[in-house]
Amino acid sequence: MKRILKYFTIRLLLTIPMIFILLTLIFFVLRVMPADPVKSMLGAHAPKRVIEQKRKELGLDKPVYSQYWDYLKQLARFDLGDSMIMKQKVITPIKEKLPATLELIIFGLILALTLGVFLGSYGANNRGTKTDTTIRLYGLVVFCIPAYWMGLMLQLIFGIWLDWLPIAGRTGSRVLVANFNNTGFYLIDTLMAGNFTAFFDVLTHLALPALTLALILSGIFVRLTRANMLDVLNNDYILAARARGLSERKVVYKHALKNTLVPILTMLGMQFALLIANAVLTETTFSWPGMARLLVKRIHLRDYPTVQGIIILIAVMVSLSSLIVDLVYAWIDPRVKY
Amino acid sequence: MMKNIIEIKNLSIDYPIYVGTVKAVRNVSMKIKKGEVIGLVGESGCGKSTLGLSLLNMVRAPGKIINGEILYNNTNILDIPYKELLKLRGHNISMIFQNPLNSLNPLYKVSEQFVETIQSHKPKIKKKKALEMAEEMFEKLGIEKSRLYEYPHQMSGGMRQRIMIGIALILNPDLIIADEPTTSLDVIVEAQFVDFLRNLKDKFDVSIMVITHNLGLVAELADRIAVMYGGKIIERGEVEKIYHNPMHEYTKGLISCIPNVKAEQKKLVTMPGAPPDLINPPSGCRFSPRCPKAMDICYEKLPELKTYDGHEVACWLYETEKENS
Amino acid sequence: MPTTLIRKFLNYMSESKKKYGIQWWILIIGLVIILFVTLTALFPGFFAPYSADNMEAGKQLTGPSSQNILGTDNLGRDVFSRIIYGSKTILGVAFIAALISSLIGVPLGLISGFVGGLFDKILSLIMDSIFSFPGLILAIALAAMLGPGIVNITGAVAVIYIPQYFRQVRGQTLSLKEEVFVEAGRAIGASKFRLLRKYIFPNVLATIVVIFSLNIADAIMTEAALSYLGLGLPAGIPDWGRDIAMGKKYLASGYWWIITFPGVAIVTLTLGFTMVGESLSELLNPKLRDK
Repeated sequence: MKRILKYFTIRLLLTIPMIFILLTLIFFVLRVMPADPVKSMLGAHAPKRVIEQKRKELGLDKPVYSQYWDYLKQLARFDLGDSMIMKQKVITPIKEKLPATLELIIFGLILALTLGVFLGSYGANNRGTKTDTTIRLYGLVVFCIPAYWMGLMLQLIFGIWLDWLPIAGRTGSRVLVANFNNTGFYLIDTLMAGNFTAFFDVLTHLALPALTLALILSGIFVRLTRANMLDVLNNDYILAARARGLSERKVVYKHALKNTLVPILTMLGMQFALLIANAVLTETTFSWPGMARLLVKRIHLRDYPTVQGIIILIAVMVSLSSLIVDLVYAWIDPRVKY
Repeated sequence: MMKNIIEIKNLSIDYPIYVGTVKAVRNVSMKIKKGEVIGLVGESGCGKSTLGLSLLNMVRAPGKIINGEILYNNTNILDIPYKELLKLRGHNISMIFQNPLNSLNPLYKVSEQFVETIQSHKPKIKKKKALEMAEEMFEKLGIEKSRLYEYPHQMSGGMRQRIMIGIALILNPDLIIADEPTTSLDVIVEAQFVDFLRNLKDKFDVSIMVITHNLGLVAELADRIAVMYGGKIIERGEVEKIYHNPMHEYTKGLISCIPNVKAEQKKLVTMPGAPPDLINPPSGCRFSPRCPKAMDICYEKLPELKTYDGHEVACWLYETEKENS
Repeated sequence: MPTTLIRKFLNYMSESKKKYGIQWWILIIGLVIILFVTLTALFPGFFAPYSADNMEAGKQLTGPSSQNILGTDNLGRDVFSRIIYGSKTILGVAFIAALISSLIGVPLGLISGFVGGLFDKILSLIMDSIFSFPGLILAIALAAMLGPGIVNITGAVAVIYIPQYFRQVRGQTLSLKEEVFVEAGRAIGASKFRLLRKYIFPNVLATIVVIFSLNIADAIMTEAALSYLGLGLPAGIPDWGRDIAMGKKYLASGYWWIITFPGVAIVTLTLGFTMVGESLSELLNPKLRDK
């Protein structure tokens, strides 16, 4: 236990340079680029004096390196600073939007894993059949579909033609969020409040965006599962398990699947970046009030501190996800020792 | 007369692959008696492993049993439904494989793999009782009980192979098929393992079929030996007879290949020629292209197994001798 | 003899088909897709019945008909013609971006892997950091700051793919430089530059070709995504991603063709490059079985 703790402390410390590099990169990209936040804030025709004053107020008149140093000092106090555009702390809108994004990606990821692992293992166990070829084709094609287009197509089919599911937002107009909003995870909030009408409403709103994410990501999981499962099925312990008289279901879903999940898990950390990228497109398409959409909006507004804050947060989330993957990995595979 | 456990009748197995059909096993008949150890010997690719797998009806796709019967307790196991077959595997007939390092699932404790085997055949046995059975087995195997609760990677290869035998024996099967059980063990561990197998026969009332390319190994273990070549059994008989008086030229070759430490052999003897092409096998005796004593008839007609002097051989040499005399 | 040549070619094709199986078909289909889209990009006038911004190609918002096979958009422009003209934009941006990434990433990877030391450590850390971060978000930030424009977008897309080349090439260089044939080159006094160019680079080339193809597929998706988010090209240039964003407003009224067909075009073109990349990676390196 002590060793594991030590390992994770080191891992945690190692993520600091990564976050630092990204932060530096983004900082200079934002500062060096021609776009001027003050002009976009006050309009291009604002008097020069007003612009100068605003620049001073925001500390933009100082040289870039000194701005950078100030920013680092601020971060060291775990403070993301104030927004340039709104009168608020950077952290305020992030805190508000983060649960929406997390709810979407967690739900989407669970769906994607279920779908991908199921299809992939089915394909591997029926190798060479027509179903297998279809599943492989699915894995390839779905991987090449842009998330927003998938979202729009689902909106068209389920929202417009069939009129089954809502296509925008997190809740319907008749649901009062203030009645249950507690953690920001609406599925949990509505359940805790015992408000099942609202729960159902939230669920139907979540359905299409989550499905969009799930379908896009399932392609990768189908391919990973199928390839790894084929490797695993060639092992002697599968043959030995069959020779012991275990049923095919037990052989595949107890012995083969667990071994298949180990390499998939190690790649899950990498998929997290992809998940975030697709979340941006999905949130935009479904008017989902999440962090990714906030990022795009604030980029358009040239709200540097907020953009920096969100990017740092995403970097932290990416590192955390790979850390969690490592933990689960150690838990599943007894051979791993830290 | 001892009872037959298994009777194989006229078994043929094909592997259709892209370039043609591999005739892996051809018209093999064989009986295994209760309590005996039978050695199935041959080069790799001669069909011996396929034959072993067929006893559990587990020939791997695209392999297919095209002909023949395998009788266990007078029922043909190639005909019984899948569920019945599952009850048979690991319960009445068990199998252990070449690579002990990879025969246990690395993600489950050894105890778990014992318990699931017991429970899948006898669902009424509680986990606690199953664990007791496993611990008892560990005692008989000469392994410390506490190691039952470890993961496979924490054990040595020899130990894992003994554990595989333990799992195979746990439900008192009538027959254990051991496919190249010592190939991946080093020489010293192999010797220990052979001792272990020999003692096993006394402790458990079980028949063993040892599949190997190593005639030396079965010479120490087996009661009877069957030699396979090109998908067919070409010679069969008591160990002493085969070992001291081999009749088929191929068997003679195999015996001269056994490295003999005592005789201070200078050169390692190898057999000339390559194993036969089983897609387009020679039309006569399958060994004829490599046989030093091949006659015209050997290239034309396939010899059948015939009994001479208490042991069986499929070779024209003896047939013609008899005709001539 | 053209007939014998054709027969030889057909023979060769059927032989390779047998030898490589389904991967070979995937490669051929991918190449056909790429070839076709390249042709439409080079000679759009030959394929498109109307010009890209002809607002009199048909009535506004009409569905697929004999006059406009894929319908018209809200300005009366022919959807099919816009797709044909748009292929040049997306293919051009993706190809040039991939080219820039490879031209920066490959030499850096070669040098970093070969030289090693502190330089390698720092560069690897930077590249790994960028690699682990969602590329699209980085591209969004870059594109937004640079402002619209074909050069800016190409640059923004190019930057995010550099680490892919770097990581692969560096990894291979690290193992290649320990190989005996490189040692032999060193022994006969080849200069470092020559070692890299003549001994190591040719062995990395296969990997680069594979990444290049997969990179274009990815760059197509990124370009389209940027355009969809309104961070792409200035108005006036026909662009699949932006056409989808424009058509989005009319989706709720049931005008499905405006967004459906540009999307199909993106999927098809991405699929083409993905298929080529995947099958090449398998045909060139049988060890990397369908991972």
